[in-house]
Amino acid sequence: MKHLASADTNNDDGEGLLVRRIKNGTVIDHIDGGEALNVVKILGIVGTTSEALTIATNVPSKNMGMKDIVKISDRELSKEEVDRIALISPRATINIVRNYKVCEKKGVEIPTLIVGSVRCPNPGCITRTNEPIRSRFAVLPEGKGLRCIYCDSVITKDITSYII
Amino acid sequence: MILKETPRGGVATHHIISIGDFNRTEIDRLLDHAQQIGKNMYDKKALGGKILAVLFFEPSTRTRMSFESAMARLGGSSIAVSSVEACSMAKGETLADTIRVVSGYADAIVIRHPKEGAARLASEFATVPVINAGDGAGQHPSQTLLDLYTIRQSMPIDGLDVALVGDLRYGRTAHSLASALSFYGVRLHTISPPGLELPPALTTNLMEKGMEIIGHADIEEVIDQVDVLYVTRIQRERFPDSTSYFNVASSYRITPELLAGAKKNLIVLHPLPRVDEIDPRLDASPHARYFEQSKNGVPVRMAMLLDVMK
Repeated sequence: MKHLASADTNNDDGEGLLVRRIKNGTVIDHIDGGEALNVVKILGIVGTTSEALTIATNVPSKNMGMKDIVKISDRELSKEEVDRIALISPRATINIVRNYKVCEKKGVEIPTLIVGSVRCPNPGCITRTNEPIRSRFAVLPEGKGLRCIYCDSVITKDITSYII
Repeated sequence: MILKETPRGGVATHHIISIGDFNRTEIDRLLDHAQQIGKNMYDKKALGGKILAVLFFEPSTRTRMSFESAMARLGGSSIAVSSVEACSMAKGETLADTIRVVSGYADAIVIRHPKEGAARLASEFATVPVINAGDGAGQHPSQTLLDLYTIRQSMPIDGLDVALVGDLRYGRTAHSLASALSFYGVRLHTISPPGLELPPALTTNLMEKGMEIIGHADIEEVIDQVDVLYVTRIQRERFPDSTSYFNVASSYRITPELLAGAKKNLIVLHPLPRVDEIDPRLDASPHARYFEQSKNGVPVRMAMLLDVMK
């Protein structure tokens, strides 16, 4: 297996190591400053889940000014999970770490469909009931927001406040 | 029409959920078919032996009866649920389960429901075609198709000046019609009380499709320019008190005097029911087409039923 880099991915801007390396898991780097908690939220990681989680916020970055970093031990994020992050932090990079080494490094891609992680803002939408369905949003081109597949409501700003 | 694999792994089938699922060719083909039916050129046993489930969880006169009439004229029959209280949803059953069950009893489902997106949900759980007969403030594609059909009876739709009057924010018929008219190079005029304008997202969407939209303060300002006056009901519950409602409603009332300066071929449409929006004295005017519009619901819905079931 080819190792791409050290798992200390938060020192690529020269600011030095701020958080401990993880043995296995995922490091999400270059998150827009202040968005780390929303990244955690959009990934569905809550207090009751078992992952060991490390969050660094507002880390100085040469390229970004300020950035956030999230490290999740013993969990490799799927592509679908990774792409959800693009909604709130399109510059984020994902590093899959195995035995302290970065084995995969990839950017996030804005998905065409968001399933189950965003709440429809329309209280009259069928997704806001007890029906056995998950919310589904089409991602509009050119950053114009999200459109509910069911009721056509459009979220144009402050997407994070609708994250479930 | 709309061929979709259901996300629940159900059988691929045709549904009519939103006018946004259509392109112009599909709309024109359906209207052409309805026109043939309107001339009595159809097989009166085309849907013989077929059963239509009519699930109306909100009040309706025209839509429900015209769907049932359409089914009967094609030789089929209908079974109906007319309220939440009258079915197992009153016991807490989900709409999804109701749809699964009814799929076993009928060859197609027509649904009206107070929640937006309910018909889309139904199409995902049904194993038979679903037609949306209105979902909350959302879509009402059969109304839009019969609106277009009625305009086309009088004049070609392309390039017309169409005015939408009334509650354009919550009125689902206005939203659907505006979307459909964007296929026809129509110039759209809007006249609505403050706070009841077309939703900004819809306006933006329509303008991106190249539609010219002009807002007007009152009907007089535009009455001599338009070919179609599409009037919608201003709902009393949108206003804090009766006085403010009557003040607004009276200024949006269509009267024979108002139409004195109109184009000779102007037609006045209304999805009905009307309350105070149209003076009954207008009913005898050649401009008034709203009752004919309502009657057109039958051939248009016959074409829709044939489209999804044949």
